[in-house]
Amino acid sequence: MEPGDLEELYQAVILDHSRKPRNFGELPDATVTVDGDNPTCGDEIHLHVRFGPGGDPLEQVKFTGSGCSICMASASLMTLKINGRSRAEAGALLQDFQGMITGSAPGPAPKTLGDLRLLSGVKKFPQRVKCATLAWHALRGALEGSTGVTTEDGTDTDSEGIAVG
Amino acid sequence: MHADASVTAPAAPPDFEALRADFPILHQQVNGHPLIYFDNAATSQKPRRVIDALVHYYEHDNANVHRGIHELSNRATAAYEAARVRAARFINAPSADEIVFVNGTTEGINLLASSWGGKFLKAGDEILLLELEHHSNIVPWLLLAGKIGCKLKYVPVEGDTGQVDLAKLDELLTPAVKLFAFPHISNTMGVVNPVHEFVVRAKAVGARTLIDAAQSAGHLVVDVQAIGCDFLVFSGHKILGPTGSGVLFGRRELLDAMPPYQGGGEMISSVDFYTAKWNTVPHKFEAGTPHIAGAIGLAAAMDYLDAVGREHIFRHDQELALRAQRGLEALGDVRIFGPREGRAGLVSFVLGQAHAHDVVTLADQKGIALRGGHHCNQPLHRKLGIKSSARASFYFYNTAAEVDRFLEEMARIQHFFRA
Ligand SMILES: Cc1ncc(COP(=O)(O)O)c(C=O)c1O
Repeated sequence: MEPGDLEELYQAVILDHSRKPRNFGELPDATVTVDGDNPTCGDEIHLHVRFGPGGDPLEQVKFTGSGCSICMASASLMTLKINGRSRAEAGALLQDFQGMITGSAPGPAPKTLGDLRLLSGVKKFPQRVKCATLAWHALRGALEGSTGVTTEDGTDTDSEGIAVG
Repeated sequence: MHADASVTAPAAPPDFEALRADFPILHQQVNGHPLIYFDNAATSQKPRRVIDALVHYYEHDNANVHRGIHELSNRATAAYEAARVRAARFINAPSADEIVFVNGTTEGINLLASSWGGKFLKAGDEILLLELEHHSNIVPWLLLAGKIGCKLKYVPVEGDTGQVDLAKLDELLTPAVKLFAFPHISNTMGVVNPVHEFVVRAKAVGARTLIDAAQSAGHLVVDVQAIGCDFLVFSGHKILGPTGSGVLFGRRELLDAMPPYQGGGEMISSVDFYTAKWNTVPHKFEAGTPHIAGAIGLAAAMDYLDAVGREHIFRHDQELALRAQRGLEALGDVRIFGPREGRAGLVSFVLGQAHAHDVVTLADQKGIALRGGHHCNQPLHRKLGIKSSARASFYFYNTAAEVDRFLEEMARIQHFFRA
């Protein structure tokens, strides 16, 4: 791969996580499963979370679904980061990640994001931001008690539509 | 390109490479590489002649149509109505009155669903579509079905080739079918449907026919009289014209019997506080100030295309698509959609393990514009068991050398994701 932005985006770690996503699979005793949709491409991430007694912390997090390498790597890295964390910690990571990926938070990405900082290059590719944030939208759903979310802000998958015989 | 438009295409194929000079946008670097524009099925680029027609209209003739008595309005009206005549000639419609200007394929289909469907269909009537359908030829009918209770049915297509199963078509095409609507060319499969054959079969059961010519009108000769269809619709922006321009063709007697689509100025012959009378076709369907510049630019695009010759364009498109198909086949581990023989000028594919988004982002870094996603064919992609595919779609200003560059890049990307 040649130098430049793209190398930054498709670093070895990202490729590795997309090929061999961690925490990938069903979670039979999940408290909630959130279906995350990216309507622009049809990619889907299903995030399975088992909360502790009383709804805190996020005892175990796994995911299923399919997406591009950015989407899969982001989901994989996210689960590594939030497994066992409290709701408050997960919410803070969500905010930090979104600030970094949309470029809305100035300055270098917070150290707390760890390897997730490898995804910071995505902000130079506006079309791919949704890929990187799909799993995080699902996390937001899990924290807010919704079971269907999309990358289109504010909508969820049971939004109005039509179904005919 | 200065040759005048003629109905009959020039005998000899033009020097396609030389035509590139007519397209200002093609001569630029993208991400440090010469632009290779392979997203023509999404929208085409515009030749200088079309851009000039828009500029000329706004600089010299701009006025509202049909309502002014002054010189500029006369000119604008004349140019707008001349565009209608031009459009009729482009698809060999018997009369310019059968040409309704719409803002694209999508609006044309919505117009039909709302006006024709709303009046002539009832609960239990069937609308027959193909599994190939673009969302724009599904959702308007879903909306109608939700309102009046008509039924949608889909003719299956064969696996990865996208060819319509004719035996299944005959089974589904019963007298309950009131409309058979289908794409001329599939925007994902590149399959060219035998539209005349479809129309003959539909007529045998008394069904009306609608052809979505979005992918064909600018790429091959479309003759509505030879095809025999009732309705045909296409977008201007895919055939070198401006965005927001488009054509709905409908047979005169059908348009006459249809109620208006939207209400407003221009579509009426007289209005009172509590009553209104409709204008004649096609004006009945063109409420409000139309996209005058769009129609004028579209006519310029049609002049350009017919001067080049659409039969030559189709052959050139096909050669490029076949070259791309063969090159992708040679890479191995590529799932290629569409017929192996006779495909139109596009190829959709899944490159080994690489996701379409990754392919498109990496190609873009080399200045190659592809499409990645479901191309507004989500049900078809679902049937194929995939979420998305990458698509290269060609036009006459593309070259074999560009296809070879694209193939090199695909080989490199495939290798990158395999490593
Ligand atoms: C086959 C087909 N039908 C309909 C459309 C819709 O065209 P538009 O978006 O211009 O209305 C497209 C293009 O996107 C298409 O490829």
